[in-house]
Amino acid sequence: MSEAPSPRQLFVTFLGIALSGFGGVLPFARRTLVERRGWIGADDFNETLALCQSLPGPNVVNLSIVVGARAAGWRGSVAAVTGLVAAPAVIVTALAMLYARFGGIAQTQGALAGLAAAAAGLVVATASRMAAPLLRRRWRLTAPFMLAAFAAVGVLQLPLPYVMAALAPASVALVWRRPG
Amino acid sequence: MKPLGDTLSVLAVQFALLSLMAFGGANAVVPEIHRQAVDIRHWMSDREFAALFAIAQAAPGPNFLVSTLIGWKAAGIAGALVATLGMCAPSCVLTYWISKLWDRRREAPWRVAIGAGLAPVAVGLVCSSAFVLARAADRNWRLAAVTGLCAAALSFSRISPLWCLAAAAALGFAGALA
Repeated sequence: MSEAPSPRQLFVTFLGIALSGFGGVLPFARRTLVERRGWIGADDFNETLALCQSLPGPNVVNLSIVVGARAAGWRGSVAAVTGLVAAPAVIVTALAMLYARFGGIAQTQGALAGLAAAAAGLVVATASRMAAPLLRRRWRLTAPFMLAAFAAVGVLQLPLPYVMAALAPASVALVWRRPG
Repeated sequence: MKPLGDTLSVLAVQFALLSLMAFGGANAVVPEIHRQAVDIRHWMSDREFAALFAIAQAAPGPNFLVSTLIGWKAAGIAGALVATLGMCAPSCVLTYWISKLWDRRREAPWRVAIGAGLAPVAVGLVCSSAFVLARAADRNWRLAAVTGLCAAALSFSRISPLWCLAAAAALGFAGALA
């Protein structure tokens, strides 16, 4: 991390992430925090996201709390999460009000369908960018757990707490025995 | 119709509980939100729920904002505020304390092992959401092509995702993806 961002910078950055986050915020969070601002390294991002995923609550909200806390304590957390949530909450409510009036129009439905498809593509790209550094270094150790998590949650749709309870300790134990 | 105060306290309690149950993010508790809002409280119909969910997905911002819309539908602006705070606040406080603890032990071997061990599982979960979202969104081959093209463009180039989203929305608006 270069210089620790101030609460104000955190607020503005997370506001920007939130407002560009059509169809989901995670792709934009990674792009901004890792690739553009360099506030967090690629590996550190994966680990931090993993921590946020193993805690309850919306993942990206948790991420904003952790990034904010590291940079500027609880003020940083409050600034980051407010930037992430406040404006989008107003926008989404306004959209729901509009939809209540104009939702039946075919063009609206079409645009929503196109957005959703593109948003799915964004998440695919984010997944591949996150996977690349792990697979390049120690794929024998990481690929099985990646695939297992994908099969269990994505394909079989098993409840997440059970999947985490099964996979996380096994993966941690393997790393513990073969560090580096 | 029950008094507004009652609905607000129900929203506050419901979403605070959901916040602490939402392991893996808000999408993990969507079935439970649906059960509460449609089947138990009768705040909205099944179709209205699906529409609100799609709006929260498509709108800018975190996807958990579907909670905001459930609150809005149940109790207007005050409901939106209460549901949003309820869904965020408990998990935020918890995450804050745990991350403090986590970062204080940055160099500890167990901390390194947990971090490195959880990472592949986290990536697998992001792959899962990609898969679930794509399956829900790609109702025909044109939409599937949009997903594939966006994924390729964003994996192999540095163009802004907003171009992909804008192009896809424009194509859909023009009726080219139906």
